[in-house]
Amino acid sequence: MLRLVVRRLGSAVLLTLVVTMATYFLVFSNGPGIARAILGKEATQATVQAKVVELGLDQPVFTQYLHWLGGLLTGSLGRSYFTQEPITTMLATRVPVTASLAVIILVLTAVISILVGVAAAVKGGWIDRVLQFVSVLGAAVPGFIVAILLVLTFAVGLHLLPATGYVSPTVSVTGWLSALVLPVLAVLVGSVGGAAQQFRGAVADVLSQDFVRTLRSRGVAERRIVFVHVLRSAAGPGLTILGLQTIGLLGGVVLIERVFALPGVGDLTVSTALQGDVPAVMGCVLFTIVVVVVVNLLADIAAAWLNPKARQA
Amino acid sequence: MSVEQITATSVDPEVGGGAVETRARRASALRRLVRNPMAMTCIVFLAALVAVALLAPVLAPYDQNLTRVDLTNAKPFSGPFVLGGDSSGRDILSRLIWASRGTFLACVVVLVVSVVIGVTAGLAAGFLGGWTDRVSGWLSDVVLALPGTVLLIALYTVIGPSILIAMAVFGLLIAPSFFRLVRAVVTQVRRELYIDAARVSGLSDLRIVFRHVLIAVRAPVIIQSSFVLAAGIGIQAGLEFLGLGNPREASWGGILQTSFASIYQNPGAVVAPTVLISLTTLVLVLLGNALRDVLQVTAAPRQLTRRQRTELRDRLTATATPAQAPARDALLSVRDLHIAYPNGDDHTEVVHGIDLDVHRGVIHGLVGESGSGKSQTVFSVLGILPREAVAAGSIVFDGTEILGSDAALRAVRGKRIAYVPQEPMSNLDPTLTVGQQLVVGVRAVKPISRRAARTDLLGLLARVGIKDPTAVFDMYPHEISGGMAQRVLITGAIAADPDVILADEPTTALDVTIQADVLDLLREIRDERGLGMVLVTHNLGVVADICDTVSVMRGGHIVETGDVRTVFAAPSHPYTRELLAAATTAEVH
Repeated sequence: MLRLVVRRLGSAVLLTLVVTMATYFLVFSNGPGIARAILGKEATQATVQAKVVELGLDQPVFTQYLHWLGGLLTGSLGRSYFTQEPITTMLATRVPVTASLAVIILVLTAVISILVGVAAAVKGGWIDRVLQFVSVLGAAVPGFIVAILLVLTFAVGLHLLPATGYVSPTVSVTGWLSALVLPVLAVLVGSVGGAAQQFRGAVADVLSQDFVRTLRSRGVAERRIVFVHVLRSAAGPGLTILGLQTIGLLGGVVLIERVFALPGVGDLTVSTALQGDVPAVMGCVLFTIVVVVVVNLLADIAAAWLNPKARQA
Repeated sequence: MSVEQITATSVDPEVGGGAVETRARRASALRRLVRNPMAMTCIVFLAALVAVALLAPVLAPYDQNLTRVDLTNAKPFSGPFVLGGDSSGRDILSRLIWASRGTFLACVVVLVVSVVIGVTAGLAAGFLGGWTDRVSGWLSDVVLALPGTVLLIALYTVIGPSILIAMAVFGLLIAPSFFRLVRAVVTQVRRELYIDAARVSGLSDLRIVFRHVLIAVRAPVIIQSSFVLAAGIGIQAGLEFLGLGNPREASWGGILQTSFASIYQNPGAVVAPTVLISLTTLVLVLLGNALRDVLQVTAAPRQLTRRQRTELRDRLTATATPAQAPARDALLSVRDLHIAYPNGDDHTEVVHGIDLDVHRGVIHGLVGESGSGKSQTVFSVLGILPREAVAAGSIVFDGTEILGSDAALRAVRGKRIAYVPQEPMSNLDPTLTVGQQLVVGVRAVKPISRRAARTDLLGLLARVGIKDPTAVFDMYPHEISGGMAQRVLITGAIAADPDVILADEPTTALDVTIQADVLDLLREIRDERGLGMVLVTHNLGVVADICDTVSVMRGGHIVETGDVRTVFAAPSHPYTRELLAAATTAEVH
């Protein structure tokens, strides 16, 4: 088990390095372009060049990346080109918003998908058909479109919920909740559709295994077989499914934050990208990758721990 | 003509035949596609969209950037702008029509990039194997783990408002889905074809494999393309909605952004772009599903409704002679048992009305080749047939009809009728220790404490010949041998002190040396407890060794039944004679 954890941790760190390096090389490849984006179209060649030197963009990209990496180790991600604010501070104010969204969505996705997936696999019939229908819809219709339809119905049409804005839970818990209802719902349609369908597959796989039939032959109650034995065996694949779901979910959250004007990391990514605030964009990319990697690492380790064979290896 | 050429030509008819066959299959696939209303509706919709994109200059009533201040935020169906005007006074309908060109172009870019990269890499990995396979596999895993949307947004700082380049990058990010598909197909085709090719010609022809791969890979790639395009259009609209597209050109996402910004002034303006975007992605996903139905024959069993099951049951038992009454002296009496599976609109009957009696203290052999319906019979007695199966007839246990009665089955299953499976390893729950799952089984049928169950089971494990019961009790299935696993399963079967044991090929998966031990154990258990036993086997040696009576099964019928000595000495059915002859010859060799 320890060896497995170390190996997975190693590959997670490697993945983070590879992806941040690739992104860094791409977004910092055009130093004069970055400088011009800050100074505006009218800036002369000389002022652009001066800006390039001032920001250290004249150095080889690899040197810049190493410098960025060194800063990362000391807890610094540089400063915004526009506001001079430390990137870490910018992220710190944004992370709670994205985190509340992502955690609520992930938990709800897990709970609903497991229940629906198990019901569809065990009962079949109409539950299964409804699930197929919903997952086709969920897979097909992009989350931000669902979000717009929700705004149109509940905020513009019925005036039930706020269309935009965010309230910190420290200010008002009910305000916080009602600000999150529509965004969460919008992402949930797609993520539940996808995950429940896969959970159904995982549970159906286990249900078709020989040991389930033998348990039935022993007179073990069906409910116990499903909720104890089958779920135990399906938990490993289930965790992997959820790990992969987070990747798509984060992409969905970026768009949702824009639709509902929630000041989260996704919103920051878009606004800084539009502005050309490259260090801030890099910070957002790093945050997203770290979340993806950590969630998948935890899912992997938990899945391995559930499997006695891997646990003892 | 060299020898290689001749042998190559001698392979060719094979391939030629294959190609003819595929051509026929392709023709029928096309016919099925045309007959599939869902697929055709989707294709017509998409064709119309493409036509609109190509004919935009003719079809669009206005120029995409024409502004009429008086029609700013005009409501849909209220004036010259049919779908309303946006906040700058531009015609939403015209803009949507013009924008469909951008969507179409982006689709082409996504598809070309992802198919070219994914299919090429998949072919290379599948054919070359080795480090090419490992490196491309790793790269594909890395790319799949990337948060694509966020990366595409970050790339805006480099590429600027060029949605086509962004979509090319998206094509790169989604290429692994084609890569994995093609790689899997190549590996499979190679495995199948190399065996054939080697058999026929003694050499493996990469060209032949390549041709077959291209044929095999086509259908899955087409299906996947549909799903990839749906995702692509969603992402494209998303990026444009965020304002990352070219502001000078109308785009579906961009139109939606503008309309959404003035949603309170003109809520209707949002409707057309949302419907258009979601309908297009939905159609592509539905098309992918329909294509999968048409091009890939899925073997998913169809489930019957309750009424259909009753009808089928009646139909199964309605045939032939009326069933005999159950034997009064037998513990378990099966009469006119039919088992069928739904198959398309019809059904396939696998057991055709068999009779079987099990008496106390008697081991009854059920012998026949695989697929003759032996295991199905056993499962139906225990009520553990697959859900889609339909069983009809009568199974009476100790005076009570148990077939089709959940309550009666619950009262006997595991408690009075126990089951020993064929494959010991796959019949143990891999996530629980031997002890945990044995305790679950016992406590399911006996009101007994965990501790008492443990004491009982340790005694039984010792009884079935396990040397160190306490150690084995805490082991996981993967830590014990096949022979031990079968002893554990026998323990599970006898733990509830049943009256009948149904053993389905209990020795087939075991080493020859252990087979005899397990048979001895089963005989001893019968002697000690005086229980009845059905022993399913395809091995006449096993029957001769341990059984008292025997039924010979073939093609879902019991063709002969009787005392083992009588049947072996004077077989009445030709099939029994055949079996016996085969067994004797095998022994002579």
